[in-house]
Amino acid sequence: MNHTFVILTVLAYLLSMSLYIQFLYTGKEFTGRLATLLMFMGLGTHYLALLVSARASHTVPYHDLPGAMSLFGWLLAVTYLCVEIYHRQRTVGAFVMPVILIFFFIANLMPARPHATAPVHGVVFALHVTLSILAYAAFALSCVLSLIYLGEERLLRIRRLGEVGWRLPPLELLERMSHTSVMVGLVTILVGTSLGFIAVDRNIAEHYSYFDPKYIFTLFVLLLYIVYFRLARTAAWRGARASKLCVFNFVLVVVNFWVVNLFFSQHHRYF
Amino acid sequence: MEIVLVGLNFRTAPVEVREKVSFSTEQAQRAAEELRAQGILEETLVLSTCNRSEVYGVHPTAKRASAAALSSFLSNFHSIQPELLSPSLYHHYDHDAVRHLFRVSAGLESMLLGEAEILGQVREAYLRAHAAHVTGPVLNRLFQAALEIGKRVRAETELGSRPMGVASAGMKLAERIFGKLNDRTALVLGAGTISEQVVSQLRDRNIGRLYLSNRSRDKAEEFAKQYKGEVLDWGNWDTTLKLPDVIVSAVGVQEALLTKPLIERAMAARGNRALFLMDLGMPRNIDPAVSELYNCYLYSMEDLSEIVQQNRSARENEVPKAEVLVEEHVAKFISWQASVELTGVLDTLRGSLKERRAAFLHEKLAGMNHFSNEDREHIGALMDELVEKLLIAPAERLRAEKELRKKIQNVEAIRELYLSDREKP
Repeated sequence: MNHTFVILTVLAYLLSMSLYIQFLYTGKEFTGRLATLLMFMGLGTHYLALLVSARASHTVPYHDLPGAMSLFGWLLAVTYLCVEIYHRQRTVGAFVMPVILIFFFIANLMPARPHATAPVHGVVFALHVTLSILAYAAFALSCVLSLIYLGEERLLRIRRLGEVGWRLPPLELLERMSHTSVMVGLVTILVGTSLGFIAVDRNIAEHYSYFDPKYIFTLFVLLLYIVYFRLARTAAWRGARASKLCVFNFVLVVVNFWVVNLFFSQHHRYF
Repeated sequence: MEIVLVGLNFRTAPVEVREKVSFSTEQAQRAAEELRAQGILEETLVLSTCNRSEVYGVHPTAKRASAAALSSFLSNFHSIQPELLSPSLYHHYDHDAVRHLFRVSAGLESMLLGEAEILGQVREAYLRAHAAHVTGPVLNRLFQAALEIGKRVRAETELGSRPMGVASAGMKLAERIFGKLNDRTALVLGAGTISEQVVSQLRDRNIGRLYLSNRSRDKAEEFAKQYKGEVLDWGNWDTTLKLPDVIVSAVGVQEALLTKPLIERAMAARGNRALFLMDLGMPRNIDPAVSELYNCYLYSMEDLSEIVQQNRSARENEVPKAEVLVEEHVAKFISWQASVELTGVLDTLRGSLKERRAAFLHEKLAGMNHFSNEDREHIGALMDELVEKLLIAPAERLRAEKELRKKIQNVEAIRELYLSDREKP
């Protein structure tokens, strides 16, 4: 059954991506709407695929890398759709969809491993992980938006907008979209981290210690995004500089997501 | 039933002739009414824009003479000598007239290829003519189809999507930075023709606040009154430049009016919020080094002209796609016209056969006194039934004909074979 949902998701995401790209080139409203609709359908089947794995492991599927990546892709799609609807801007879809697809592909192409037994269960722990991954997804989206900003800004500076340049969102809208995305990331990582501490407190004797290098790194990332949020509104940083900072911050998030989890953290593996 | 078009446009007539033959709203309505009253046309519509004046009409007897009558009507109406007007006029009939209107509506016949205004002008002309009851079923259908193709071409091709004028290209670029301009502030330096074009574009985009500045304050105030702007003192740059998000300069100066240090100070005062500058002056009004400043986007006349040129090429590439759509709609319209004509021809043929049947019976039964009136009526009814039966099969075959060309040929054949000139619809 999971296999069917995976194929349906890939099909929906692929079609949605091709329509988003077509929309970027043609600007046809109908194509854009169809792209969004297909993305919704992809989200639905992706959710069902996640549900099947969750049922198998009796928890949110984050105990292995494929599960965490798939969940990340799904939450990125959810965040993007919220931002698209809130800001009524579809052209960004052509840039976000490939990222979602890559994560979904890699997650499903990785060799299947038997589900490891989750050391900790419970709603608080599940929420902690889900919100943390949602925060990473929101930061990823802000990174994509910042890259589009930098690209469009460059096109405007060299005075060659070409086919696509005329259809990209205005620079100030991209900035606002990126801020919205970072705000979502900040709120969710704050709540998610707090819930993580509560989960640690509940399971301290059994599984966890109070110290993990991941905590320090997460707080550092949180601090960096707060700094970005403040700087992006100042005279010296608003515009391209803030966008570069946003991209840099996300590089650190990636480091946090992969390197710290895999090599330094005692309790965090894939989230 | 023949569609006739007589008109002139920027390709066939110099501006002096176009000016003389242009119609105001009232004149268009009066001309349409007179054309109908004089029996030149049965349905009529006048389309008059700054680049064209065209009269569309339907003539009931398919006589091309109506075009000649229409030409002389135009000469009389505008009091212009026929020798002066005739070389500028073009005449199109039926399919060609339909195709021409569809091309006009699609923006393919516009001076500025793909411009959007023409579609609005066609719509207005049609609505006015319809309200004045000077159009009929044919022109109604024709203009509704023209509006449909106009919309379709703009939705399905890139023909009208990119700016073609320097001022509108500049405004589109400003929108790439700020999005909608309705909560933005613009400053226009100068009060000449170029400034006027820019101000008009800014007003079209509902610019939030418009400041104007000019060496001659009187001219600036006059300009501001016309476009609902506010006048700022000329030369008080440190105060003036921190206000706008968009600065457009189009004044005659020998050296740069807005220097890099000046804009640098303005940027500091406005907290480095993005600033879009359009330099439309010749020689340049803004120091090119301004483009090096953070969050400053400077476009000169040369840059904008290059963008317009790129856009023109892009639009030209879309022409074949638009032409395919136009041809599709022309075929649809002709098909509709052919089926309408088929119905008309069949009705006329039926009427004609019944008339002949009545004459035939009257003649043959005249000497047969043993038939009662009831018998005569009965024979008449039987013969009517026979006529209907004889007509049903060919009518069905004609209606079922899929190939448009053949359908039209068949209609023409019936006309020629069975109907006299008087009877031809």
